[in-house]
Amino acid sequence: MATSKKETGAKAVLGKIVRHQLFIPVAALLILAIFNLIADPSFYKITLGYSNDGNPILSGYIMTILDYGSELAILAIGMTLVTAASGGQDISVGATIAIAGSVILRVLCGTESRPETLKAPIIVAFLVAVVVSMLFGAFNGVLVAYFKIQPMVATLILFTAGRSIAAWINNNELPIISDPKFGYFGGFIPGIPIPTTFFITVICVIIIMLVLKFTTLGLYTQSVGINESSSRLNGLNPAFIKFLSFVILGICVAVVGLIKVSRLSTINYSVVAKDIEMDAILAVALGGNALSGGKFNMTASILGAYVIQFLTTTLYKFKVQSDALPAYKAIVVIALVVMSAPIVRDWMSKTWKNLTKGNKAKEVA
Amino acid sequence: MKEKSILEMRSINKSFPGVKALQGVDFTLCEGEIHALMGENGAGKSTLIKVLTGVYTKDEGEIFIKGKDEAVTIKSPQDAQNLGISTVYQEITLCPNLSVAENMYIGRTKGIGQNWKKMNEDADKILTSLDIPAKATQQLASCSIAVQQMVAIARAVDMDCKVLILDEPTSSLDEQEVEKLFGLMRDLKARGVGIIFVTHFLDQVYEVCDKITVLRDGKLVGEYAIENLPRLQLVSKMLGKELDDMSDIKGEAAPYDKADKDEKVLEVECLVSDAGIKPFDFYIKKGEVNGFTGLLGSGRSECVRAIFGADRVLSGKVMKNGKEIKISKPLDAMKNGIAYLPEDRKIDGIVGDLSVRDNIILALQVLRGSLKPISKAEANKFADEYIKLLGIKTASADTPIKSLSGGNQQKCILARWLLTNPEYLILDEPTRGIDIGTKIDIQKLVLKLASEGMSVTFISSETDEMIRTCSRMIVLRDRKVVGELSQDEISQSKIMSTIAGGDR
Repeated sequence: MATSKKETGAKAVLGKIVRHQLFIPVAALLILAIFNLIADPSFYKITLGYSNDGNPILSGYIMTILDYGSELAILAIGMTLVTAASGGQDISVGATIAIAGSVILRVLCGTESRPETLKAPIIVAFLVAVVVSMLFGAFNGVLVAYFKIQPMVATLILFTAGRSIAAWINNNELPIISDPKFGYFGGFIPGIPIPTTFFITVICVIIIMLVLKFTTLGLYTQSVGINESSSRLNGLNPAFIKFLSFVILGICVAVVGLIKVSRLSTINYSVVAKDIEMDAILAVALGGNALSGGKFNMTASILGAYVIQFLTTTLYKFKVQSDALPAYKAIVVIALVVMSAPIVRDWMSKTWKNLTKGNKAKEVA
Repeated sequence: MKEKSILEMRSINKSFPGVKALQGVDFTLCEGEIHALMGENGAGKSTLIKVLTGVYTKDEGEIFIKGKDEAVTIKSPQDAQNLGISTVYQEITLCPNLSVAENMYIGRTKGIGQNWKKMNEDADKILTSLDIPAKATQQLASCSIAVQQMVAIARAVDMDCKVLILDEPTSSLDEQEVEKLFGLMRDLKARGVGIIFVTHFLDQVYEVCDKITVLRDGKLVGEYAIENLPRLQLVSKMLGKELDDMSDIKGEAAPYDKADKDEKVLEVECLVSDAGIKPFDFYIKKGEVNGFTGLLGSGRSECVRAIFGADRVLSGKVMKNGKEIKISKPLDAMKNGIAYLPEDRKIDGIVGDLSVRDNIILALQVLRGSLKPISKAEANKFADEYIKLLGIKTASADTPIKSLSGGNQQKCILARWLLTNPEYLILDEPTRGIDIGTKIDIQKLVLKLASEGMSVTFISSETDEMIRTCSRMIVLRDRKVVGELSQDEISQSKIMSTIAGGDR
């Protein structure tokens, strides 16, 4: 008797886990991890090597995932808030990353295209980029929140124009920065073998978690996303909260912009962060968040970002050609998205229940 | 099956996780009969109807339809329609930006081709035959709510329905519109259609129905012919206890006398909002319960919305305890100790996907400011306290509010505002669409709060509720205040004559 009680308890716990929002991204990560483990355990090999200038660096596929997943994870933070508050997505993040990167280069290089020394401290350049990105976020936010334009349509403007603006900021030149310090943000800090991007992400995640814990941003954003009219009657200002979400996404964009230009020490306006908006939106969706807004789970979105990077890296590992990559990715994504659809999950839990019921009946018999 | 019955449901069972929503419920509908389905919220009315219309699949039981020899299976709303079962819901589920005819034929045409001329002619024919004042080519949104409701019925009727389900069709209609709707129902009845009528308005049941089936806690209480079940008995059957006379609450508290008669908590002069009301004056004293009354659309809600800052205020003066204050948005009003429970619970009240707890603390949280979040422990404490205090039936404080019944949702919204400890509480239709037990609870609560010194404005379209609770009533007609009745003058006939315009 006691054991059977325990069993049902375990089952209830299992059901709870399956229904939890984190289930899909965590399960996806596990499946990918196990797949790699079986297919080729060398996937997990991490080697300590030395860079050209003699600094220790860890390398391996896991490091690649941590490194490149960071950009997506940071964007996913802002995209989650925008999605929750406005019930739509910002498709201009790739273009605004180009702008932010361009601004950083412009401030660091001044008018020269290959400066001997930096014209301004990197932190200043970054802060200017943050302000500029927030302004562009504010532009999107005003269109969405105050002019009530659909987010996709509103952000289509910058999606189209952003890269031209980025090029225009540097007079269409491609400045190159030779100062090695600038490379730290997208690479390694001497003496620390872990990619800097990982630390940047950790800082961003800590900040957003603190903000969610010590302010009411989460509650207000969800409330506005679920029911704008009733939020207003509870004293909230829905338009401002939507606006705010776009501005916060602007900050995230500036951080990613810094990482992107730091990796190359230069910029390619038409290619930098191309299609990244779609991956960011996908990260939010993989996290089980409704793209129509409302309730959200930040951790799930961030995990979703790493799932996408894990998948990409796995495909690279198996020598999938980069042209073919999107197609393979699409297949896996379809499977994941279908699995996380409420209908399918209901069906799964029902089937599961029936199966366990059947077993029980047999036991009794 | 019996001779005249067109629908028989036998021992229907339906469970949801943790709840037995229906247990062995029988239901029989005859040809040419208007059959009221009554019960409190959570009694199983909606579940029964959803089983019948294929929204839910039943766990056990059989459904027989006239003309079919065997029990039928209804797996989807499509199946139900094919069997001649049509439903008109409380909320209009048509497309307002399409024409009347398009709405009547949407989703029913076969193939790609569409003969628009014939469709419009057919639609017009049906509209005339049912005496519905609408044209086929008219845009649906330009019709009144009542006419839209009728178009929905016309659509159902034209689909050759034998069983018509009307789920709270009258809740957004005024009296004349309800009359028109009843005319249409009687007309259909004469044609042999069986009508299942779900409503919370007792008067309407006795006006139009032939039979009553009462459900309670998912079980069948019984089926009665209307003449054999007087009102009071119906109520006691629904509640499952002998009713200790609803008018009892009248005598429980006499707040008005205890209240300080001279202290005006809030005073309003010549307030006008952009919702189209004429300038009005208003005051409320400490511990007073007053109300706005008038027909639907007379501007009751618009008045209180203006006071709360929910609509944009164009001009006017608001004074609190004698000092002038400025209210331009809801937050201003909240900071001045005003709380407003809105008329439309679904649109303006609940935040559906959020938990009961978050819904309860929302307003208090906004008042505290965004840098002082209410901790989870504190929120749980508040939620548990009010769940207990108001008797909110919910699985836990974590349950999304949208899965609660209407009455319990309303209690949560009430809890939300009580938590802010307001000086002045505005309740706009707090009893709409909820069961009688909860209605009485809310009225009792209003009187109790007032006796403790809270000022309350109570608006209800059921005048007798207002007579029971209010000590002063402001009467509105055509968006204008036309009179004020105090204590002794408040009676059904006096209110009617004031609404109608003097003692003519």
